[in-house]
Amino acid sequence: MPLDPDYLKYPHRRYGMDHDRYEWSMLARRKPVTWPGGARVALWVNLAVQFFPLNQSGRPFRPPGGMSTPYPDLRHFTLRDYGNRVGLYRCLEALDAAAITPTFSVNAAIAEKYPQLLDRLNRSGNEILASSWHMDTLHHGELPRYEEEELVQRSLETLRAAVDAPVVGWLSPGRSQSGNTPDLLAAAGIRYMGDWINDELPYPFATDYGELIALPLSLELDDQFIIQNNLHSEWEYADQVKDACDYLLAEAESTGQGRLLALSVHPWLMGQPHRIAALESLLRHISGKSGIWSAPARDIVAAWERQRV
Amino acid sequence: MREDLGLYDYRPWDERLPIRWPNGARLALWVAPNIEFYELEPPANPQRKAWPRPIPDIQGYGTRDYGNRVGHMRMMELLDTYGVRGSISLSVALCEHHPEIIDLCAERNWEFFSHGIYNTRYVYGMDEDQERSVIEDSVRTIAKHTGQQCAGYLAPALTHTERTLDLFSEAGGLYTCDLFHDDQPTPVKVRSGKPFVSVPYSLELNDTIVYVVNRVEPRRYGEMIRQAFDRLYREGEQGGTVMCVPLHAYQVAHPHRMRAFEDALAYVTGHSDVWVTTAREIAKYYVEHYYDQAVARWGAA
Repeated sequence: MPLDPDYLKYPHRRYGMDHDRYEWSMLARRKPVTWPGGARVALWVNLAVQFFPLNQSGRPFRPPGGMSTPYPDLRHFTLRDYGNRVGLYRCLEALDAAAITPTFSVNAAIAEKYPQLLDRLNRSGNEILASSWHMDTLHHGELPRYEEEELVQRSLETLRAAVDAPVVGWLSPGRSQSGNTPDLLAAAGIRYMGDWINDELPYPFATDYGELIALPLSLELDDQFIIQNNLHSEWEYADQVKDACDYLLAEAESTGQGRLLALSVHPWLMGQPHRIAALESLLRHISGKSGIWSAPARDIVAAWERQRV
Repeated sequence: MREDLGLYDYRPWDERLPIRWPNGARLALWVAPNIEFYELEPPANPQRKAWPRPIPDIQGYGTRDYGNRVGHMRMMELLDTYGVRGSISLSVALCEHHPEIIDLCAERNWEFFSHGIYNTRYVYGMDEDQERSVIEDSVRTIAKHTGQQCAGYLAPALTHTERTLDLFSEAGGLYTCDLFHDDQPTPVKVRSGKPFVSVPYSLELNDTIVYVVNRVEPRRYGEMIRQAFDRLYREGEQGGTVMCVPLHAYQVAHPHRMRAFEDALAYVTGHSDVWVTTAREIAKYYVEHYYDQAVARWGAA
């Protein structure tokens, strides 16, 4: 029996994308972006402040970094919690030493579980991006819209009540979205999101409730992706980030187009005592280069927005 | 199902043909950028899921889209620098979606060959007419948008039926990249009886296999390319070899991988007696000069 004839139909075979969320556009052919102070590369270092629940549903997939042995998986629960207690503070010290400004993506559950931690981040004045409720509340295509809407609202209300600065940025757990996520985020006052990894600069993203800005947070350069998924060492990770930094600086120089180096760092991973030196090393490398502009996500988005036609 | 499709006959490596490539070259080097389009919401195939996560799998989709938006230009300009014309394994729907990329490659006289319509459409479960229509569509689309007669085939997402190569030969094809059994071209038996060959395409050096399946470090990938080259170059003295480097802009063109790849590309193109060419030219040269000899010795057709 042959396949259903519909399998050989291509309803979206046309110019541009196969959806209406954003325009097809090649990075190299866009109007050049420039950064404040004539910087060539904007640097967004995102620290993930995460809560992985012990009673993980794992639906529709195990969140990256989530529980993986039978309940109660104290092993992974505490390894992840280490980041909030110890690792984060080591990372902050390393960032301070390199004079690099971090941004924090925070699960709203942190506000309830560890208010002292959130207070501290709030008082530092650094930007906080909302990151849903916790790492097991995945946004995905099988989640009913009303449940996701409630999840977005509850997460944002909780974080906004605890944070002085506007919470207008978003990063989904596991970088996973449903088809409704962008609409729900825009309706709830979110202005930019880091989930889509198809670009290296901000770009406009259409929703039913007005425009969002996609601010891609590189997955291929994410510490967890390189160290836990690819099983490379922390020093190999540091080399890869340094190579990326040098490459983007050179490309920005030769093309006259500003570039973005977006680094996703997990304190439970890089904050381990045997790894922190690798983080320090790569941060030193980056901050030692001229032409780097370290800024919170909101400033990078604002600088990009000011240059739109 | 059959134990072996009997596509080619056995030939021991120490009895390989004493091939000499044009100008006495001992190694034919070709680079195969896979320029692909993955759909956000592809229809379900009964035998293979398109995406690991529920649709929309924005992580998988975004990873691939990055290649077209960001990576392609980097990869193409790097190949320009080292005088390499790409042989493109093309999801032909990209001619409609992203004609700018097609134009850039056509201006450089790169070769286009078929890699199916989309890399999210698999031939599993198709009957002969369905698979023929997909192959004919891809040949027609390449001709319409590039003016080129499609000579080669790499099945979409490496999905095959028992008939795939027969159908491609009947659609006017000359070579396949789907077989990884040799470091020289070999005749392939197809029911049309027309000359049809396998051009070596190294899945082992394919950047997606290297980076995603084998999770190799960028600098190690550069070493792998150099080491493969050294061996094939040395052995090529006894009988010309083929080296293929299959690429995806969504893998190799990330800023942390470009430099290591560039070093390797500079190394392999920096040797004399290397024919830097395309798959079609390798297939044609082989058919004109060595095909009959190979068939006489080991059988085919």
